[in-house]
Amino acid sequence: MKIVALVKHVPDATAERTFDDADHTTDRTGVDGLLSELDEYAIESALTVADGGDAEVVALTMGPSGAADAIKKALQMGADSGVHISDDALHGSDAPATARVLAAALRRIGDVDLVLTGMASTDGGMSVVPAMLAEHLDLAHVGFVGEFSVDDGTVRCRRDGDTASESVEAALPAIVSVTDQINEPRYPSFKGIMAAKKKPVETLSLADLDIDPSTVGLAAATSVVDEVTKRPERTQGEIVTDEGDGGTRLVEYLAAQKFV
Amino acid sequence: MTFELSDEHEEFRGVVRDFARAEIAPHAAQWDREHLFPVDTVRAMGELGLFGLTAPEEYGGAAAGLTSLCVAIEEIGRVDQSMGITLEAAVGLGIAPIANYGTQEQKQRWLPDLVAGRALAAFGLTEPGSGSDAAATATRAVRDGDSWVIDGAKQFITNSGTELTSCVTVTARTGLNADGSAEISSIIVPAGTDGFIVEPAYDKLGWHASDTHPLTFDGARVPADHLLGRQGAGFAQFLAALDDGRVAIAALAVGCIQAMVDASVAYAGDRSAFGTPIGTKQGVAFQIADLQVMADAARLLTYRAAALRDAGAPQDQVKQAAAAAKLYATESAVAATRTATQVHGGYGFMEEYPVARFYRDAKILEIGEGTSEIQRLILARGLGLPVE
Repeated sequence: MKIVALVKHVPDATAERTFDDADHTTDRTGVDGLLSELDEYAIESALTVADGGDAEVVALTMGPSGAADAIKKALQMGADSGVHISDDALHGSDAPATARVLAAALRRIGDVDLVLTGMASTDGGMSVVPAMLAEHLDLAHVGFVGEFSVDDGTVRCRRDGDTASESVEAALPAIVSVTDQINEPRYPSFKGIMAAKKKPVETLSLADLDIDPSTVGLAAATSVVDEVTKRPERTQGEIVTDEGDGGTRLVEYLAAQKFV
Repeated sequence: MTFELSDEHEEFRGVVRDFARAEIAPHAAQWDREHLFPVDTVRAMGELGLFGLTAPEEYGGAAAGLTSLCVAIEEIGRVDQSMGITLEAAVGLGIAPIANYGTQEQKQRWLPDLVAGRALAAFGLTEPGSGSDAAATATRAVRDGDSWVIDGAKQFITNSGTELTSCVTVTARTGLNADGSAEISSIIVPAGTDGFIVEPAYDKLGWHASDTHPLTFDGARVPADHLLGRQGAGFAQFLAALDDGRVAIAALAVGCIQAMVDASVAYAGDRSAFGTPIGTKQGVAFQIADLQVMADAARLLTYRAAALRDAGAPQDQVKQAAAAAKLYATESAVAATRTATQVHGGYGFMEEYPVARFYRDAKILEIGEGTSEIQRLILARGLGLPVE
């Protein structure tokens, strides 16, 4: 079977992240990029399926040249090949455009049995692309999956909600987004790092996918960021000095904030 | 010419660093305090492929050379010297002799589990009466029919008593050479062999999470085919193992020095005295600058020796480079822990800060796998000096 793991190259969430002053898109120049941590769970899920049987794992990304590093990490972890959609016209694309481009790439890759994604990107954090992809490809979508198995043309999933766990199954091909509870992503081994150098990575442009550049990118986005305001610095909290009535004053504070 | 490691080595360094920070660093102080050998973490190191870095691919290894092993040991040792020596001994003393000198059957039997980190092997060389003077080995192995029967005692044997330990390769006298000197051979003794007794673990100054035992052999009987390589080759086998081991110990020392740089820079920026961070005082800042020079110099010597080894340089050249790296890196590590402790003031004497643990751990680096004196002897002889 063929499994495609969607991977995204994002600014390091532990660094100071900013937006471009001119067009309010994510500033990727001043910060180190890395494979979105949440996508590692999707790769690990794909590799786990592959470890248990005959499956090919393809890592697919869309992004500027630096995004090749996300593919590389997936290949080092054990994916078999990579596909990188890179085109200057994609700059500033919103989620609907991203989903349309990824859908075209998945059609081009062809014969895909299972698409695995993380539960969100650690930069945009919208969690909508998997569902949009499913609409474009007319496939079943199961989101926020905490455990799944693939057997006999069916993916059986457990989805953990706040009050109940659901068992959901879907016929393959299907699109499944997995949570950060599903597994412990493996570290690349030295062997994996060396092997990744020899694995094939295909780079695709919008022309390769027959997509009109004017329908994607910032100008075609369905939503527009008008303004970006830096979150105010956290102020020092209120200090309660206990003068025999500390407990009462703490409760009064919590009640005033409607915590109790 | 360049002094940098390859991109692949640097990427691998990043992976091991992430692993060490996430899986080892948070627990190192507790393992040290409780003298606990963390079996699950050792297995996780195995899953990462660390034990198989230098082993042949047909047994699951990466066949990647000494440089990659040094990178791993340096990064593990940077957060925990005990786990660094566990890795060093498992590869250099456990796996390497079997991979280099074992028969097909021996390799098939022992290597897959050792390479995967599902099992550990140890090397029993040092004895109560012989350390650097290994030719004075008193342990005897006598051929009895289809068996070797081993009697004697070994001392300070790393990884010899863990629940993962599958075998110990021991050196023993198996006869006399033509010139009348002792014939030394290596024999693989499976864990659990009758008469092979793992004595209670040592109470050590440092390396508390590393597993070290005295071993007793009281008529321990193993099949004749457990002889490692040729009878009488034991002396040459462990001498070759020691050259690689010295480079690996140097890498462990580099990790220690780097840890002292990291800790000292952080502390000197945080801790204030007389109104400003202590890093503003030249008396402190200059000491830390010296630590960085030690880290750089030790690292360069270590990776030069590893690169010579990986490039297939003549053994004499590797031996000299290994001795220089081991000598300088380990003596610098001891000095660096002393300096870092001083930078930390009173807190440096408290186990609350890792520098205290590194201070205890560093001293053995100047002793294990050939003392500083032995390294100087090798270097002096390499210069042609008639030193005894």
